[in-house]
Amino acid sequence: MLATLIRLLGDFDLAEEARQEAFTAAIEQWAWSGVPKNPRAWLISTGRNKVIDRIRREAVFRSKILDREIASAEADAAAVPDDADDDTFGDDRLRLIFTCCHPALSSEAHIALTLREVCGLTTQAVARAFLVSEDTMAQRLVRAKKKIRDAGIPYETPEPPLFNQRIHGVLAVVYGVFTEGYAATTGGQMVDAELCGEAIRLGRLLDELLPNNPAVLGLLALMLLHDARRPARVSQEGDVILLEDQDRSLWDRTRIAEGLELVEQALSISGQVSPYAIQAAIAALHVQALKKKDTDWPQIVGLYEVLLRLQPSPVIELNHAVAVSMVDGAARALDLVDSLAARGEVSEYHLLHAARGHFLQQLGRNDEAREAYGSALTLATLEPERRLLRARIASL
Amino acid sequence: MHYLLLIYSNEAEEAAMKPAQMTSVMAEYTEFTKSIIQSGQFKAADRLKPTSAATTVRVRNGKVATTDGPFAETREQLGGYYMVDAKNLDEAIAIAARIPSAKVGSIEVRPIWPSQA
Repeated sequence: MLATLIRLLGDFDLAEEARQEAFTAAIEQWAWSGVPKNPRAWLISTGRNKVIDRIRREAVFRSKILDREIASAEADAAAVPDDADDDTFGDDRLRLIFTCCHPALSSEAHIALTLREVCGLTTQAVARAFLVSEDTMAQRLVRAKKKIRDAGIPYETPEPPLFNQRIHGVLAVVYGVFTEGYAATTGGQMVDAELCGEAIRLGRLLDELLPNNPAVLGLLALMLLHDARRPARVSQEGDVILLEDQDRSLWDRTRIAEGLELVEQALSISGQVSPYAIQAAIAALHVQALKKKDTDWPQIVGLYEVLLRLQPSPVIELNHAVAVSMVDGAARALDLVDSLAARGEVSEYHLLHAARGHFLQQLGRNDEAREAYGSALTLATLEPERRLLRARIASL
Repeated sequence: MHYLLLIYSNEAEEAAMKPAQMTSVMAEYTEFTKSIIQSGQFKAADRLKPTSAATTVRVRNGKVATTDGPFAETREQLGGYYMVDAKNLDEAIAIAARIPSAKVGSIEVRPIWPSQA
């Protein structure tokens, strides 16, 4: 409902005001007149009309600009017909998502706006998720909405071909929310289940609004398969438990089943393969192994190689090297990581040094391993990860 | 909505262009300008003389101070502009992306306050 009001009124704050007014009016009127045939349409029309009336009454705002806005709002008078259905409201929600993720806004703004306006989290909850004060988050939201107004960012779902570019931005924001919840970048907590849940909910909404889209399906599958492992990922004391050491009986089998089905669906759609779908396929291979020794590492290596062709990145190269170590041994993997390190792109990434340390340790080169883990420790920011690294050093 | 599309590029690199290249860029500009005039989006445009011809004026405490050169030294310099009428930011961005210098420089898209007349 909020999304439709935003479209009709062209402003986030006016839309929220309208929604409040609408609910108040509904409580007053429906008690004696009964619930209308299409309650949502009634609420939207009523809310919008009350806000327009209020604007008109406030003479201090009278100006050519505002008159033009009112005129165009009135032109939309038939915009919420009685037979407005889920498709109309769904379209508006899609428009809202694309607006919140518009490339002209900063990436901080994308996540803040999406959580606040699409997911409906309170400003306080969004602030908590990003470990900033409520004031800071409120300001961030105000700035973003101002940019939308001042720069004329449209409340539109882009048409193809622009759509294909922009959907990737949207998916990146959703994945950003998920990874923030799955492995927060600062602070003591490794995992924030609430954010993961919101991201998955967004993924499901996108799947509903854009059915059979391989990238959407791939991302949703990926998030479900990762989230399935969440109960086993952190110990009682808050320590990280690596995949290979996790208690697999704690994995959420329902999420896994759903994720596996979605991966199949995503990969069966012909056309360009989505990197999200490949990542999901890798996650699928991990969760399908009942014991870690049953993991199909050669297939995982192959999938990483496909992924590297689609979306080359140092982080993926690192993951590829780890998989290679399980098939061809630590020496070969160390070669790959060393050549990655030599290119100098990820020298600040603590996991690169941790991986080097791990391979060196497997090769019995303990002094070098200690040095590598040490470098990782200076770069790691999350306390549970730091504890893990210290434990590794102690084990040498 | 009106937008100013400010064209920034590296003057030194441009000056180093071979004449044949320069001619072809100018031809692209002519084509582009014609097309947005036809579409009704064009409001104004000008090519500016380089920053070596610029003078900066500041008035402080009633004194007029003039300095040789642009207001600040930057890696890319303002070389020209288009003023366009676009439905929304997406339309303005689409126009900006077609400006020939967008391929080597940066186009700043600035919304203009509506006139209060």
